Amino acid sequence: MTGSFIDIALMLGKIGLILLVILLLAAYMVLAERKLLGYIQERLGPNRAGWWGLLQPLADGIKLITKEDVKPAGADKWLFYLAPAMAAIPAIMIFAVIPFGPPLTLFGREVTQQVIDLNVGLLFFLAFSSIAVYGVALGGWASNSKYSLLGGIRGLAQLISYEIPLGLSLVPVVMLARSFQLSEIVAAQQSCWFIVYQPLAFIIFLISIFAECKRIPFDLPEAEGELVAGFHTEYSGMRFGLFFVGEYINIIVLGALAATFFLGGWHGPLLPPVVWLLIKVLAVAFLFIWVRGTLPRMRYDQLMHFGWKILTPLALVNILATGWFIVLKG
Amino acid sequence: MTVIKGITGTLLGMWTTWKHIFGRPVTIRYPEEKRIPSPRFRARIVLTRDPDGEERCVACYLCSAACPVDCISMQSAERDNGRRYPSWFRINFSRCIFCGMCAEACPTMAIQMTPDYEICNRDIMNLVYEKEDLLIDGCGKAPTYNYYHHAGIGVTQPRGTAAEENPPVDRRTLLP
Repeated sequence: MTGSFIDIALMLGKIGLILLVILLLAAYMVLAERKLLGYIQERLGPNRAGWWGLLQPLADGIKLITKEDVKPAGADKWLFYLAPAMAAIPAIMIFAVIPFGPPLTLFGREVTQQVIDLNVGLLFFLAFSSIAVYGVALGGWASNSKYSLLGGIRGLAQLISYEIPLGLSLVPVVMLARSFQLSEIVAAQQSCWFIVYQPLAFIIFLISIFAECKRIPFDLPEAEGELVAGFHTEYSGMRFGLFFVGEYINIIVLGALAATFFLGGWHGPLLPPVVWLLIKVLAVAFLFIWVRGTLPRMRYDQLMHFGWKILTPLALVNILATGWFIVLKG
Repeated sequence: MTVIKGITGTLLGMWTTWKHIFGRPVTIRYPEEKRIPSPRFRARIVLTRDPDGEERCVACYLCSAACPVDCISMQSAERDNGRRYPSWFRINFSRCIFCGMCAEACPTMAIQMTPDYEICNRDIMNLVYEKEDLLIDGCGKAPTYNYYHHAGIGVTQPRGTAAEENPPVDRRTLLP
């Protein structure tokens, strides 16, 4: 009885810790992005709240919470209220399957440094990343605004054109690791990271996750130049904040997944495994911000063209080549 | 070919932004650090005095006429010795666009622009400057100029003794 109690306490502790760390990271990701974009544009970025602007996330949070929560006339009330959560929660859920270290021994039992080691972790990720787009689409539809609707539709259309290359780029990883389980995939990269075997798959995966978290150059659902703010035009206060935080959680989660699938997960010399994972996540997040500071938004048809006519065939050829090599090697 | 061009184009862009991350920002932390504007910077307007300490303004209304946003108003008056002055002079800085037309129009160098740009205020009525707020004790950018020394009207000295002026001629001596 006491044993199972400790199990539950450990599990809840892990979940609480991960939630805390992700939300904190997401909040500071906003600051990091604003700072970095500032430096890229030769500005200083936010520097009023706290030293070097370090209290800016807190100020943003207070501002968002105290703002009026506007619901447009004619909006679908329940969907309108539900959509931000539907965008943010799947992103957090994906973190459940990410391993951030080798199993530890605590209180005389083995504790995996992972919320749950699903044997279909990779499929779980693909499923939940697809669910996240419902938040965008339903939020856009429920707002009763043409800009929001266009943003939502773009979100959906974007989803079908990048989900396929995203899935296909992960197939070689599964072929190499011979498992859908993320802990197995990480274990298979102990000697050599998969990015060495699969540079093409990594690039396709990277481009797909840029589209997955709706960021420049694929921020078509938001497209502030054309659609005001796209799917979250009508949102205000903390509901908008939830969409916003969801986007940054998505960056962290996708960074962690890129690290897990291609960059050796938590493997690395000297430093503790969690630190290595964090470094890799932050490196990918830096790339996200860097690209945002560099590239313009792609046109809608260019994204479709790119996803269907270039990335999908490339990913398929890559799978064939990988299979061929695996067969030849025996 | 287009593929290579696209990739190199993207990477070149990335390289450019990468360099700028480490470049020195062109903006500054304003209230802590302040730029020193050049002496010719056009900000708060002042009314200067001539080297004798008298106010220069002769209330000619030229600044008021030159002002594109009509933010200058005044009322002219005249002293017993013929010297003109504004009985009141008002600049509404909430309308002023700091174009410097008034300073250019001024024939007596009375109205001048200063580099003091920190005049913002929470109460808009505090931006309406009256004559006593505008008048300064110095000569501003023209330290020696005194309009009445050149003007040929006997205010600061008898007629005919001004700087570029000859004494009045007795016309009778010119008779043949």
